[in-house]
Amino acid sequence: MADAALTPSAPERQIPALLPRRPMLRHLVSDRTALAGLLLLILMFTAAAAAPLVAPRDPHEQDVANRYAPVSIEHPLGTDNLGRDELSRLIYGARVSLFTSLGVGVAILAIGMVVGSIAGFAGGILDGLLMRIVDVLLAFPSLLLALAITGMLGPGLLHLMIGMVAVWWTDYARMMRGLVLSMRERPFVESAQAVGLPGRLVAIRHVLPNIVGPVIVLGTLQTGRLLLALSALSFLGLGVQPPTAEWGAMLSEGQQYLASAPQLMVYPGIAITLAALGFNLLGDGLRDVLDPTMEN
Amino acid sequence: MAGGPLLEVRDLAAGFDSRHGLVKALNGVSFVLEPGERLGIVGESGSGKSVTAHAITGLLPSNARVTGEARLDGVDLLQMSKRKMRHVRGERIGMVFQNPLHCLNPSMKIGAQIEEVILAHTDADKREASRRSLELLDQVGIPSPDRSAQEYPHLFSGGMRQRVMIAIALACKPQIVIADEPTTALDVTIQAQIIDLLAETCKAYGAAVILITHDLGILAGFADRIVVMYAGRVVEQGDVDSIYYRPAHPYTLGLLRSVTRIDEARRDRLVPITGNPPSPVLLPSGCAFHPRCPYTQPVCSERVPPLELKGGIDHPAACHFAEEVATHRAGDAVQ
Repeated sequence: MADAALTPSAPERQIPALLPRRPMLRHLVSDRTALAGLLLLILMFTAAAAAPLVAPRDPHEQDVANRYAPVSIEHPLGTDNLGRDELSRLIYGARVSLFTSLGVGVAILAIGMVVGSIAGFAGGILDGLLMRIVDVLLAFPSLLLALAITGMLGPGLLHLMIGMVAVWWTDYARMMRGLVLSMRERPFVESAQAVGLPGRLVAIRHVLPNIVGPVIVLGTLQTGRLLLALSALSFLGLGVQPPTAEWGAMLSEGQQYLASAPQLMVYPGIAITLAALGFNLLGDGLRDVLDPTMEN
Repeated sequence: MAGGPLLEVRDLAAGFDSRHGLVKALNGVSFVLEPGERLGIVGESGSGKSVTAHAITGLLPSNARVTGEARLDGVDLLQMSKRKMRHVRGERIGMVFQNPLHCLNPSMKIGAQIEEVILAHTDADKREASRRSLELLDQVGIPSPDRSAQEYPHLFSGGMRQRVMIAIALACKPQIVIADEPTTALDVTIQAQIIDLLAETCKAYGAAVILITHDLGILAGFADRIVVMYAGRVVEQGDVDSIYYRPAHPYTLGLLRSVTRIDEARRDRLVPITGNPPSPVLLPSGCAFHPRCPYTQPVCSERVPPLELKGGIDHPAACHFAEEVATHRAGDAVQ
């Protein structure tokens, strides 16, 4: 290659060395904190998805003779107040905690994006109406409102999810609207209009793809926050009901034995913290990866 | 419409609703563009040159009020439905904007951005559009088009992106290309290349060009005819030689004196036009240029001079004293 550039017969118009677009994944992996977050989440989600294979025991199997068992080969993290294997409960609990928060996250993302885009693109009265609804919802403390809605519907995981979705879609709606509005002012959107592309095409090809970055970042961070909220609501007894394992519920159950067996609160606490940390680290990493490509 | 002008703009006026009432940006602009002609529109910031281009193509924001006519092949663009207008844009009028760095979608490959224009306006299928886009990239001097088409805009320099913009403007073989300050954001070394490219490619495609600029220097080797705008009005227009060698409006004269020239070695100082362009909210009475005009007389603040032909001058100028300016300038130039 180097020889070719030196030969006198090389074409007059030199081809500039165009850098390959840096693959997003490689960029992400080169960022240590993001990598840590990603690995943490992959580990947790894999364990949760493969719970029956990974968990040493049945999470509901009681062994009353063996309550509060210390760490052993048989029970790697000991047993709880009913002699259930703590590690198995944590792993099965991850299914509920992680997948519920992810499910709620996706649902609010979908609703928020649709509402926000409609408001941003339509403008006028529709925009005003939708945004006032968002304002009203945002005026309430969100956890309290979710609590109230779930309380009204009655405890249960599905009701809890409904309550959470009803409250937390507003952040996305607001952000989407702002992004759509700012994107519509961008010169490339104007020039897309100037070459006579139909409005639908301008929206789908030119406005929305450039919004995806910030939305992914917010989505990741938001899911971490949802996990915490879910745990909090479960802790208060509104989410999953015993004997189903869920981190927040486990925390709540362990609370009674805080003095005698503090590990029953510590383990689910650590699990919640690590999962939330994973989402946050990944979200921060994604922000770094996705932002520079906008301008550079 | 054989024989008639390609584009005829008559009494084009535009204002914007604002808190201060209607802000008039254009006050009756008229000019014609012949097929294949290269027209330069020159003026300071705020003179209404960009608003003219946007008004013609229907791209003004929704708070704009536009009156007058802009006939393309005899059909008034200002009366056209939004849908029809969309087809005029891109298909019959291509546009090149000032800021190439931000005019390309950062998340779309270069090739796809050209293709989508072709697909939106012609019957071409995906393969044909792709072939055309590579051809266009080659014509505007993008090296190895097949590879570049697969790149994203952020890998391209400003000059390269402006070349792509020209390719997009020409994608559907338009009759007119409107270039709004296409070189302002570029390095001086690239400016001439882009202007040459614009001239060359538009000639090859048989498209007329309207080049909007604040820099008379750029127009010298490019335009056939020049329209000089000031405060939303045309103050002088004529073929390129008459504007450069026989300017009859003090504003044009001022513009010419503030441009460096290599063919006039004797003058070593640039003469700026004093003051600032007037605010469209509060235009001076009479001739809008009179507060800045070195030749101003009492009548200048009383009556708006019409754009008309006067004895002894070969092109129209909107100045009460056009003849005097023209003769005075003749002595002035050879000082």
